[in-house]
Amino acid sequence: MSTTSPVRRWKRPPFIANPTLRWGLWVGAAIYLALAFGTMEVDWGRVAEGVERGHRFIASFFPPDFTSRWDSIQDGILESMWMTITSTVIGIMLSIPVGLGAARNLAWRPVYLFCRGILAVSRTFPEIILAIFFVKLFGFGPFAGFLALSIGTIGFYGKLLAEDIEDMDPVQAEAVKSVGAGWLQWLNYAVQPQVMPRMIGLGIYRLDINFRESAVVGIVGGGGIGATLLTSFDRYEFDSAAAILLVIIAIVMSLEYTSGYIRKWVQ
Amino acid sequence: MPVAQQGETRSWKRRTTKAQFAVWFGWLLGVAIFVYCWQLISEKTIWMFVTDAPHQAADMAERMVPPKWSYMDSLWAPVWDTINIATLGTLMALIFAVPVAFCAARNTTPSRTLVRPLALFVIVSSRSINSLIWALMLVTLIGPGVLAGVIAIGLRSIGFCAKLLYEAIEEIDSTQVEAIVATGAARSQQLSYGIVPQILPAFAGISVFRWDINIRESTVLGLVGAGGIGLQLDASISTLAWTQVSLILIVILATVIVSEWVSAKIRHAII
Repeated sequence: MSTTSPVRRWKRPPFIANPTLRWGLWVGAAIYLALAFGTMEVDWGRVAEGVERGHRFIASFFPPDFTSRWDSIQDGILESMWMTITSTVIGIMLSIPVGLGAARNLAWRPVYLFCRGILAVSRTFPEIILAIFFVKLFGFGPFAGFLALSIGTIGFYGKLLAEDIEDMDPVQAEAVKSVGAGWLQWLNYAVQPQVMPRMIGLGIYRLDINFRESAVVGIVGGGGIGATLLTSFDRYEFDSAAAILLVIIAIVMSLEYTSGYIRKWVQ
Repeated sequence: MPVAQQGETRSWKRRTTKAQFAVWFGWLLGVAIFVYCWQLISEKTIWMFVTDAPHQAADMAERMVPPKWSYMDSLWAPVWDTINIATLGTLMALIFAVPVAFCAARNTTPSRTLVRPLALFVIVSSRSINSLIWALMLVTLIGPGVLAGVIAIGLRSIGFCAKLLYEAIEEIDSTQVEAIVATGAARSQQLSYGIVPQILPAFAGISVFRWDINIRESTVLGLVGAGGIGLQLDASISTLAWTQVSLILIVILATVIVSEWVSAKIRHAII
């Protein structure tokens, strides 16, 4: 009697080990997709019409029209840049005390909770929604956009600063303290040198983000290039819109490269 | 070590005199640029409005309470739309991002001179345009509605997902792939047994991370007409229905917090 051993084949282990969970997720995803597509109202006639407009839009990139609206493009870009710089500077300046307060190893407990609260609130709402309200309060123009971006910066920068301080090396801080440094001296000689390289990098990164956002706050009236872009779309001047988009892409790309370069150099 | 000499006493200093001057000059330049920019913004601002703002804010806050809870009935559909825009947009982005990422990663790209720069260009151009601007364009092209929102979110997210994914692909352990190659696996088998299992956790993490960001972004797409709860926000603000506005803000806040919680949970489970 010959024994035939049962053939055993290797099967790759599944990504989610629990079979009920795995199949449950698949079924859930299928039901969700069916529902999502089922409730999506799409006017296909309008979409078909858009294809022709899309051709016109893409054609208007060759060549884009930089000249006829150049004055307003230039104004918008410059305004965006002022907003970017001022909001980054002010935002970072305000986020330093908040960030110090939100570091668990530095701050007194109630202060810690208060500062964490500020950070959480300023991070939840997108800059655009803040900008809408600031436009209502302060009137149209770059000031509203500047404020919205500053608040966004506080949430972003303060949180990262606080986390960085919490991760710092306590030995160095203790060494400085043990030679009798006051609180400010301690901050200046023990905490600051440890977090500085990363914070400079993040500051430049935030400058980059703020420029991108400043291109958008104009859509709700917060000043900057966004307003110019919205106008050109509303007038169906696709060739000017193409020019504006190209200018934005060029600036964002060059900012991203320089910021990447500076960050590498700092670290 | 920089030392200050004062008569007989030598004391430690943080920087040399030259470095100190360089630092001061840097600060001076920075402050000058900032003041100049501030001046320009200040010129375009009507300061009367600004000084009046606290009063206005108090007035607005007063009109916003209490939130009009009964309006919630007509908000469920927009919330559902918002979630759909984010989810379907993320899905669309992932479908496009995977091939782009494989083309952009140095170790998997079919051609370094031709395909890789093209893939990198796709990534950069998708990333540098904000989803609201994509939505603005798409609303003009294919008309207002959820579809424009989905595509806008999708286009914006391709670059983000592809960038993180190709970095993950470049960081894989090449010895595992080599082991698969040694068994005589074909190129597609190398991909599915050598590379994919290594990047799957990163892929799942990236998708959830981007989904979370997309929920935030899709709440505002309605401002330019691309569907979701932003439409209601815009309409309520234009009609000065402040009690509705406050309810919408609460709903947005809740959605964002829930999505953040969900994504944190999933990422925690994966890693």
